[in-house]
Amino acid sequence: MSQVLPAEGAGAVEAPAPGAHPFWRRLRARRSALVAAAIVALLVLAALAAPLLAGIEGQDPTTYHPDLVDSASGGVPIGSFGGISAEHWLGVEPLTGRDLFARIVYGARVSLGVALGATLLQVIIGVGIGLAAGLGNRFVDQALSRITDVVVALPVMVTALGALAVVPTSFPRPVLIAVIIGLVGWSGTSKIVRAQTLSLKSRDHVAAARLSGWGSWQIARRELLPALAAPVITYAVLLFPSNIVVEAALSFLGVGIKPPTPSWGQMLSDADTWYQAAPTYLLIPALLLFVTVLALTVLGEGVRTALDPRAESRLRIGTGRKKEADA
Amino acid sequence: MKWFLLRRLGGALFVLLALSVVVYAAFYVAPGNVAQIACGPRCSPAQVAQVSEQLHLGDPLYTQYWHFLQGLFAGRDYSTGTGVLHCQAPCLGLSYQSDQQVTELILAKLPATASLAVGAFVLWMLLGVGTGLLSVWRRGRLTERVLTWITLAGMATPVFVIGLLLIIVLVTALQILPFPDYVPLTEDPEQWAWNLLLPWISLALVSAAPYARMTRASMMETLAEDHVRTFRAYGVGERALVGRHALRGALAPVIALGALDIGSMFGGAVLTESLFGIPGVGRELVDAVKHVDLPVVVGLVLVTGFFVVLANAVADILQAMADRRVVLA
Repeated sequence: MSQVLPAEGAGAVEAPAPGAHPFWRRLRARRSALVAAAIVALLVLAALAAPLLAGIEGQDPTTYHPDLVDSASGGVPIGSFGGISAEHWLGVEPLTGRDLFARIVYGARVSLGVALGATLLQVIIGVGIGLAAGLGNRFVDQALSRITDVVVALPVMVTALGALAVVPTSFPRPVLIAVIIGLVGWSGTSKIVRAQTLSLKSRDHVAAARLSGWGSWQIARRELLPALAAPVITYAVLLFPSNIVVEAALSFLGVGIKPPTPSWGQMLSDADTWYQAAPTYLLIPALLLFVTVLALTVLGEGVRTALDPRAESRLRIGTGRKKEADA
Repeated sequence: MKWFLLRRLGGALFVLLALSVVVYAAFYVAPGNVAQIACGPRCSPAQVAQVSEQLHLGDPLYTQYWHFLQGLFAGRDYSTGTGVLHCQAPCLGLSYQSDQQVTELILAKLPATASLAVGAFVLWMLLGVGTGLLSVWRRGRLTERVLTWITLAGMATPVFVIGLLLIIVLVTALQILPFPDYVPLTEDPEQWAWNLLLPWISLALVSAAPYARMTRASMMETLAEDHVRTFRAYGVGERALVGRHALRGALAPVIALGALDIGSMFGGAVLTESLFGIPGVGRELVDAVKHVDLPVVVGLVLVTGFFVVLANAVADILQAMADRRVVLA
């Protein structure tokens, strides 16, 4: 991170404050970003510590509790608010009586894990292709840019749906979904990286490096990557929540994460038929999905302004395209 | 301008061809017996053999693709053993599971998708641009802060969450709106609109947010330009500035984004259609995926890609028409 800011473009004008890196200082100055960061940290901790948390509650995500649902009414949880009690902090699932709190925290692992994997893949592929296109000769650039155009024409949701139809079900689903999202969702990153590389290429420090006999790879690693970090990180922080939504959407459609592995999207899909009898079953995953995506988006905004303070006056960045799983 | 148009359309055509190669290869080199997958799980060995012959699966991949391409541009004939089945261009193949031509299947679903997309588009443009303009006009005040947060919340809400909540509130609790039961426009325009209202609202609410942000950003930029400053110096009021003088320039990128989004929506608003049971292209895709109806899946991915490429080209051209500097770039 220390290389990010003094580089081109970003906050080179400001003198670094003693003790704190300007990026962190500016991020801390935004209260909304701090709150968002705290929520994200909490969610990540909950996901990491899922077995521990479920253990403290004394439940696990897969045990059926037929005694906690009213079989006469078709499986509605017994008790108010979906059977919320000291033993079951968020109530139980209708029909099966599985513990909701345990399923939620285990589901967080799936949601965050899949989105993280997908985002990393998108960034790695996007940076690789973008750098190669920006540094390569005209021929390489043309070829890679056309490939990017083709990938743009493959919307993530539709392509992921199609791909899930043909890949054998034996393949582990969370990994599969992350890989598919990663493979078709890198075009935004590569376009940004290519444009940045082209503009950086003409700068003096890169020309100097080239004159002193450095190869393309060395220039990319030593001169370009540090300067690319700011725009790429900014974009990646916004890709992450959109990937969470894609996974939730696929699971909501019944083609994503397969039971018994819990996922928020899948819970929402099940809750679709229960919202009258057990509204909390719907509201809890819906609220969590909303809060997670909102926190990440707000954090993304904070990171963006902290990395590039002038963006606030320029205001143009980050409005870009609509998120992927909108419709 | 003419050369820009030609170059742009030529590029689009190239991307479409490349897309068809990629999609065809990706799906027809699937692991397992492709003829069996395409035909469906209930096919007899004889039927599978026939499918294999119809798709030329014994031939090398490029020959198979060539036949597919021929079907797209000139139509193709399938031998059915007893006779010949002609599939008119643009032929996307046969769905063996539903015993229909893929092109006809998709065409039958397009009106519902188009109804959803166009109605939602009108709503979200009004909502998004209106919100954006309002937050510029009231900038620095409480209204702007509230609108900014509402917009952020809109960006963070998936359509299936807002749709489910709206069903609970508007359909179940208040019983203001019916649960959508799609009626074609040609049958009964009033019922058509009434039943699509809920899906329109849901889709518009989640889609409007990026437009509000973009309108605001673009408007602020335009307001900082010299000619607007001159207007202000001449004493033109803030409201007239925002609403009249800066609007045209500021909306160009917003309209380009709109073209892009509505284009991709023609490929199916998968989630909205599934949630509200609208018999459109998107729901067809989900069904085809669940039944592993390979020819339909391939056809739909290609059709979606076609609309995206088309929308990209239209968006570029619109932007070029609004801003001549784009043509030179």
